[in-house]
Amino acid sequence: MSAPVWNNAVVKWVDDRLPVFSMLHHSAYEYPTPKNLSYMWNFGSLAGFVLVTMILSGIFLAMNYTPHADMAFWSVERIMRDVNYGWLIRYIHVNGASMFFICVYIHIFRGLYYGSYKAPREMLWWIGILILLAMMATAFMGYVLPWGQMSFWGATVITNLFSAFPIIGDPLVTWLWGGFAVDNPTLNRFFSLHYLMPFVILGLVVLHVWALHTVRSNNPTGVEIKSPQDAIAFHPYYTIKDLFGMGVFLIFFLFFVFFAPDFFGEPDNYIPANPLVTPPHIVPEWYFLPFYAILRSIDFTVFGVPAKLLGVLAMFASIIILFVIPWLDTSKVRSSKYRPVYKWFFLVLFIDCFVLGYCGKKAPDDYFMGIEGLKVITVGQLATLYYFAHFLVVMPLVGKLERPKPLPASISQSVLKEGANA
Amino acid sequence: MRKFALTAIAAAFALTAFNGGAAKASGDAPVPAAQDWSWHGLFGTYDRAQLQRGFQIYKNVCSGCHSLRFIAFRNLEGIGFNEDQIKAIAAEYDIEDGPNEEGDMFTRPGIASDYFPSPFANDKAAAASNGGAIPPDLSLMAKARMHGPDYITALMTGYEEEAPEGFDLADGKHYNHYFPGHQISMAPPLYDEAVEYTDGTPMTLEQHAHDVAAFLNWTAQPELEARKALGIKVLLFLIVLTAMLYAVKRKIWRDIEH
Repeated sequence: MSAPVWNNAVVKWVDDRLPVFSMLHHSAYEYPTPKNLSYMWNFGSLAGFVLVTMILSGIFLAMNYTPHADMAFWSVERIMRDVNYGWLIRYIHVNGASMFFICVYIHIFRGLYYGSYKAPREMLWWIGILILLAMMATAFMGYVLPWGQMSFWGATVITNLFSAFPIIGDPLVTWLWGGFAVDNPTLNRFFSLHYLMPFVILGLVVLHVWALHTVRSNNPTGVEIKSPQDAIAFHPYYTIKDLFGMGVFLIFFLFFVFFAPDFFGEPDNYIPANPLVTPPHIVPEWYFLPFYAILRSIDFTVFGVPAKLLGVLAMFASIIILFVIPWLDTSKVRSSKYRPVYKWFFLVLFIDCFVLGYCGKKAPDDYFMGIEGLKVITVGQLATLYYFAHFLVVMPLVGKLERPKPLPASISQSVLKEGANA
Repeated sequence: MRKFALTAIAAAFALTAFNGGAAKASGDAPVPAAQDWSWHGLFGTYDRAQLQRGFQIYKNVCSGCHSLRFIAFRNLEGIGFNEDQIKAIAAEYDIEDGPNEEGDMFTRPGIASDYFPSPFANDKAAAASNGGAIPPDLSLMAKARMHGPDYITALMTGYEEEAPEGFDLADGKHYNHYFPGHQISMAPPLYDEAVEYTDGTPMTLEQHAHDVAAFLNWTAQPELEARKALGIKVLLFLIVLTAMLYAVKRKIWRDIEH
């Protein structure tokens, strides 16, 4: 790949000193992308778009928000009522959080299905998990800022989890709070960190894209690019495809912003925080529900380790385990498209995550989907068991025992074959 | 692959949908009946006359105990009052202001930029006058309760003079079908002809409840009309833009086997 020749004198002058144009040219025109990517490959760029949307809307919200326990709730209502288009900015930000998680969860499931975590993409996958963790921290702290009932009690419940750790637990919680309860210092530091974290995420995204451009995109066949016929330039093919996807996504996103802005929210958060009144049901935002279900499903002690600590460890482990799946997966084949057995286990895992989400939403003693005698806690425990078994047992075993379908010789060949079948 | 994806999505939706449907009946309180509201739907708007009737109820009945802290008199423009009417309404209220040059607080008639004054000086005073219960602020009530305005209507009309047999009603409490736990401190606030309408609307309990719930939906979401009007334009624009992007995408990819 030869360096591009710049005809415009200004462009050339700049490029000789700081090769921004060469870099753009390199990563857009010269960057080879598999030509068979499906629409499932749109969600990475969509997540990046939502990140930028969140940062911009967040900056404007911060101009009008007051991080003080006595004024935060009031200042949010001022944004909704008196700031020009404040309601629009806030509803974009509030729904944007949900949209971010929708994109990222689809992105992760796509990676799991097509084996995008397997060599040589382990680092790419790891950075992705770090982004997820950073997003969760950011979303949690952001939810505290309006200082409503669910903000306050959510913060109390979640920060209290750290007290489960022996010896350091209680001092750690006091340190996190900046006092002996969730109060003004907590709100202040959460605001500061909530403003910081998106830029940490942005930095991680740069690393994520860097790693991506080194190992290149996986694709639905899981077969690497072998010859120039397998690939096309990112621009214009995937820029236009991403733009079209963005249009569809924006219709979805903005429908909620304009017509159902409180769809993802809890009514209780429109009640100002009151440390003396505990809401009857404290539930986290929907994107935390599966993890909340895992946390709550451990209601027993093992070898004298208290249930609360086990629950906290299980919750963290549910994400940490993703770091090692490149080695837990023993299959030689990447894409589940050619894995007749594993593909069904993947489907079970996918549904399992929704079951966990459902269990996280309900009170533990409720009946699962109204089925008499079947407690939510029991189903949550089974779903948690499967979640871990999927990675620790199914992945290594099925990879060894399953006989995968024959892989196409190349991306081009698979494209031609599918074309012939259609 | 397609069939596989459909199975996955169908299963996911079944769980989510079930969750949405059944989760909300908190405790033993029934789900309030869904009312027909003027602002429902993509093109829904507020009914100004109804909002003004609802305001009349708030002013004559609710405001005795409930504050409306997030609403200023100037906001009443949103329910169809003109500047002079707003000034007149504001002037009916005594607002504490100050300190003056001598350092004393004083009371003056309200002006458009003042917020609705609270009926009690503080929560302690509110609790002392209401048997220990603090009447909540109403500004956001329609967003702060599941089923919002439907719940408010149901609560206003859901009182029972006698608690059902076997129900242990505490002293000073009232039985209400829709209040969580059924024991509410608020006495039935509305009844037939509680407020005198001047526009010929029937003055029934149901109508009063409906109107005040509509007013409180406005206090909670005053931006609703602007939001929906802008939303229609934005979505129409996006649909056209996306269709064009799709056409461009087809054209660019025309010669690529994929």
